[in-house]
Amino acid sequence: MYQYDKYDQTMIDQRVAQFRDQTRRFLAGELTEEQFRPLRLMNGLYIQIHAPMLRVAVPYGMMSSRQVRKIAEVARRYDKGFVHFTTRQNFQMNWPKLEDVPDILAELATVQMHAIQSSGNCIRNTTSDQLAGVNANEIEDPRPWAEMIRQWSTFHPEFAYLPRKFKIAVVGSKEDRAATKLHDIGLHLVKNHEGDVGFEVLVGGGLGRTPIIGEQIRPFLEKQDLLSYLEAIVRVYNRLGRRDNKYKARIKITVREHGINHIRELVEAEWVHIRDQLKLDKKEIERVKQYFTEPAYERDAADSDSSFADLVAQDKEFALWVKQNTADHKVPGYSAVYVSLKKPGQAPGDITSEQLEVVADLADEFSFSEVRSTHTQNLVFADVKQADLYALWLRLNAEDLATPNINTLTDIICCPGLDYCGLANATSIPLSKGIAQRFDDLDYLHDLGDIKIKFSGCMNGCAHQSVGHIGILGVDKKGEEWYQFTLGGSSEADASLGERLGRAIPKADVVDTVAHLLDAYIDLRHEDESFLATVRRVGVDPFKERVYAEDH
Amino acid sequence: MQKIIKDREIVDDNWQHLDDEAALVAGNITVSITRWQEQHETLSQHEGGLGIRLSGDDPLEEIVPDLARFQLIVLLFPAFTDGRCYSYARLLRDRYQFKGEIRAQGDVLYDQLFYMSQCGINSFELANPDHLTQALAAFDDFSDSYQATVLRPVPLYRRR
Repeated sequence: MYQYDKYDQTMIDQRVAQFRDQTRRFLAGELTEEQFRPLRLMNGLYIQIHAPMLRVAVPYGMMSSRQVRKIAEVARRYDKGFVHFTTRQNFQMNWPKLEDVPDILAELATVQMHAIQSSGNCIRNTTSDQLAGVNANEIEDPRPWAEMIRQWSTFHPEFAYLPRKFKIAVVGSKEDRAATKLHDIGLHLVKNHEGDVGFEVLVGGGLGRTPIIGEQIRPFLEKQDLLSYLEAIVRVYNRLGRRDNKYKARIKITVREHGINHIRELVEAEWVHIRDQLKLDKKEIERVKQYFTEPAYERDAADSDSSFADLVAQDKEFALWVKQNTADHKVPGYSAVYVSLKKPGQAPGDITSEQLEVVADLADEFSFSEVRSTHTQNLVFADVKQADLYALWLRLNAEDLATPNINTLTDIICCPGLDYCGLANATSIPLSKGIAQRFDDLDYLHDLGDIKIKFSGCMNGCAHQSVGHIGILGVDKKGEEWYQFTLGGSSEADASLGERLGRAIPKADVVDTVAHLLDAYIDLRHEDESFLATVRRVGVDPFKERVYAEDH
Repeated sequence: MQKIIKDREIVDDNWQHLDDEAALVAGNITVSITRWQEQHETLSQHEGGLGIRLSGDDPLEEIVPDLARFQLIVLLFPAFTDGRCYSYARLLRDRYQFKGEIRAQGDVLYDQLFYMSQCGINSFELANPDHLTQALAAFDDFSDSYQATVLRPVPLYRRR
């Protein structure tokens, strides 16, 4: 993975010093809360219900075992001994003290980590595919490009006060594991008719109150023009985006109001001026790419081992975990392994310091000392020899990190909700736990197959409920918590927005409603038909009838 | 006389910013874009320095043919969260080759000076003039930038 040189390290060290001074001035009363707010936000620091919340960036989800150990240490020393992984592949600490934050950032800087631009109306952490570099269908590894975008967007002097936050995701294969169509800018590495690899550029996707699927602004962009094109888009948006209403300030609204064709004309006109000045040269592309070369795979890994197949045949529990929690790898004899942070009964995405330390050890032992975070709030070991899977599984199991539920109903994406978040209207985590506990029968879960529940505690939609196969949105009605269901959303290559099921459901009926939806699905599905495919075929009405039947 | 920061030094401000109704006065004056467009012939005769004030709502491109008339362009930041004029500053410097003074006025805070200066703004009326001396340090918050900026036109990726 990428390693800082003296330039990168100096910049984050200077950022820590700058924020230390800003915090000092705030605590001394020299800065008002209003003046301190954008400064702390650009360092990932929110003031929440109980305490500040610090969001630390994990650029495109890549972490070294050394970084994971540092996260564990910081969480233990400055927080309550756990962290929460988010849908931007970042992690959050929910209980740090404001006056400790400069020290926390200084600690993180020693392992090349930071909280820069993890909040605020600026360019946020660039996300990518957790299987980047290891999946066989990849056109090109997106991570070097994500790193170049990270550097370009970090401390961009012109784009620190955009109309609203700005999110970029980049993927290198057709399967879209980074929800690129729901980003302000989505980048797909594609091959054109001449066989050259470049980027398809989408713009104006987004979730939140007004979910919109991004539109293509350019079918093919040469790779060396990546930064100039991004700069052109963001400059056009900085000038044109609405500043009178924060709910209409995202670029998705700018694109909708002006039309994609007009936006394209403006961007292309701007781009002409800056294209040559900002061209990426071969030397820099190679410099960054050298950090993402293949690790030392054993090329005969598949042939030299027969134990894996035997163990799968012998141990049903292991076989189930392999089926559900591992993914194919481009090198025969290797797998990518999902570490489930969705054990029923625990908050989705949470992990303790002790578990983090085990994860770091396992990464050293089995996966070239690297760990990745996913936008579905799990972790991944990307490069595990299949001969090692059994040993790895036993160790993960001992730490409650091997629940075989990846992509099943209980792999719920969930925001912190009313229990932690100052914006939330409704509880989310306890209800997610309730759903996971009700449907904890593994045979049932695997029979249901791929069902993505996304659960947000308010309209801001941090858990991307609009693109959940089942989306659940907490709303406040006269001081009571109600829940709006949507069906049939997807964030993947076939992205679509969920359709409303009907009127909101009271809190006490949320888990039962999920049960009704599942019953309806089982009755309606054709053989092997997924939940999403069934909803798309039959529409929302049959589900609606089932859920609201009692009212007839 | 008001103190401002100009080219990283605290200096006296010898400009007067005239309202659209205010009578013309001798010396260095700035006017709004509306007044400039309505009275450009009269204003072109003005003997002192002439400057124009722009906010992010104003059409920057319309005054590009006139840039040579101005010694000062004041960019207005009605709230520090309004970042449009960062782009204006860059365009004025990079694209339209404006060599005169570009000044930030309005809700201009100490912590914005580094980014503003990298975008080509070289003078500053701070929202809180008590912070002038302290604010001088903000220009050195960072010793480098990844991006091509007005002060460092060659991006870091070409210098590594």
